[in-house]
Amino acid sequence: MRETFTHQHHAHCESGVFASLLCHHGVDISESMAFGIGSGLFFSYLPFVKVYGFPLTAYRIAPGGIIKRASKRLGIRFKYESFRDEEKGMAALDLALAGGRPIGLQTGVFWLPFFPPAYRFQFNAHNLIVYGKEGDDYLISDPTLDRPVKCPSSDLRKARFSKGFLAPKGKMYYPVEVPRDLDYPKAISQGIREVCSKMLTRIHPLVGVPAIRAMARKVPAWPQKKGEKYAAGQLANLIRMQEEIGTGGAGFRFVYASFLQEAGDMFGMDELLSLSERMTKVGDRWNTFAYKAAPVCKRRRKGGAAYVELRDILLDCADQEYGIFSDLRRVKF
Amino acid sequence: MSGLGFIMRKDEVPQDQGILENYKEVVYAVDDQGRYVPVPSKGWSAKTEANELAWVGINLQIEKTRKLVLAGKLSPLAYHMELNHMKPGLLGKYVGFSRWRVRRHLKPSIFSRLKPEVLERYATVFKITADRLKTMDG
Repeated sequence: MRETFTHQHHAHCESGVFASLLCHHGVDISESMAFGIGSGLFFSYLPFVKVYGFPLTAYRIAPGGIIKRASKRLGIRFKYESFRDEEKGMAALDLALAGGRPIGLQTGVFWLPFFPPAYRFQFNAHNLIVYGKEGDDYLISDPTLDRPVKCPSSDLRKARFSKGFLAPKGKMYYPVEVPRDLDYPKAISQGIREVCSKMLTRIHPLVGVPAIRAMARKVPAWPQKKGEKYAAGQLANLIRMQEEIGTGGAGFRFVYASFLQEAGDMFGMDELLSLSERMTKVGDRWNTFAYKAAPVCKRRRKGGAAYVELRDILLDCADQEYGIFSDLRRVKF
Repeated sequence: MSGLGFIMRKDEVPQDQGILENYKEVVYAVDDQGRYVPVPSKGWSAKTEANELAWVGINLQIEKTRKLVLAGKLSPLAYHMELNHMKPGLLGKYVGFSRWRVRRHLKPSIFSRLKPEVLERYATVFKITADRLKTMDG
């Protein structure tokens, strides 16, 4: 374990926290590698679950899942604690910090004062690292920001004990056992296999490529069915989930392409490198979707034909991803 | 950007004013050799616009509530609840009341008779004083 903690700037909070914590414990792992081994890539569209009034759309697996999977596959043991009592939760954090180790926390974004107001929504699964305390301020390394920040203890307490969907309940975690030799090939192939089987699921059209298709087909009907205004809001919601801070752009597709590239280099496998290139192309397609959808949701461009065009882009994304994951599943390690 | 089929290149990563103000975020892009590198970005207009639209919706809701409070249809508690992006169920979890009890407190006649302890509980959640809870100043 290193003496002083070094802040790292990453695209995504959870894989970023994992990479930063492991670096501190002497394991040099990139964020995209953590994301890939943790099977972070996903797609899910759940019209019956509403977040801020719009259907839940996720481009990544459920919060906490990346660290859980990546640590298990690499043989790293994490200690997790959560608390009912706020006092006890804060005391435990202080105690753990006194032991000289950086601590990962799950927090509610709305209560974190260092974020700009435009970023502060009621979202309870933001991960960050606390690496010290100065007076009443905690020293925070938030991987999605370019520099460390400070947070008063009363605010951090609110953020750790925010309520509602995915309530963190003061959850804190840190690695306790880090083996010297990590079995990357095994972990990587496990990570890839899970992403493939989830994206290619045929059980129901709520997750994976079938969900992209199911959502895409509904897009042209949005303006008539729900009204122009709601349809615009729904598009904006899609863009936000796909592009906003912590995604690395294109709904994590670029992060995953980076992972495939790194894995391809590690094994000297050209198949993975060419799959990485194809993943980049899909990422570009998702970006084109956001680029073309933005004027529609600002209603600079009238609905109708625009929604049909957006559907076609999404269907193209689905087709390309279907091809990529089908081929990725056949890769032998 | 190279037309619309834009491959994200290191030197073409959008640097529009974003929602992170003076912070930067990381975007994954490829360099000249096709190698992936994390690149700091100020933001991208497409997502800034989507974020703005989300806030238009939220602010509209706050404004609607503010008018209802002024008209005497709702208590100021409703305004502060909207300001904190909450619904009665979520606010109830913070103060330890049931959803219907919070809903009752949104009625002006009932709100005006609330005990100071109850007001204090709400005020703590919103990080304001109990006196300000009775008004709509932020």
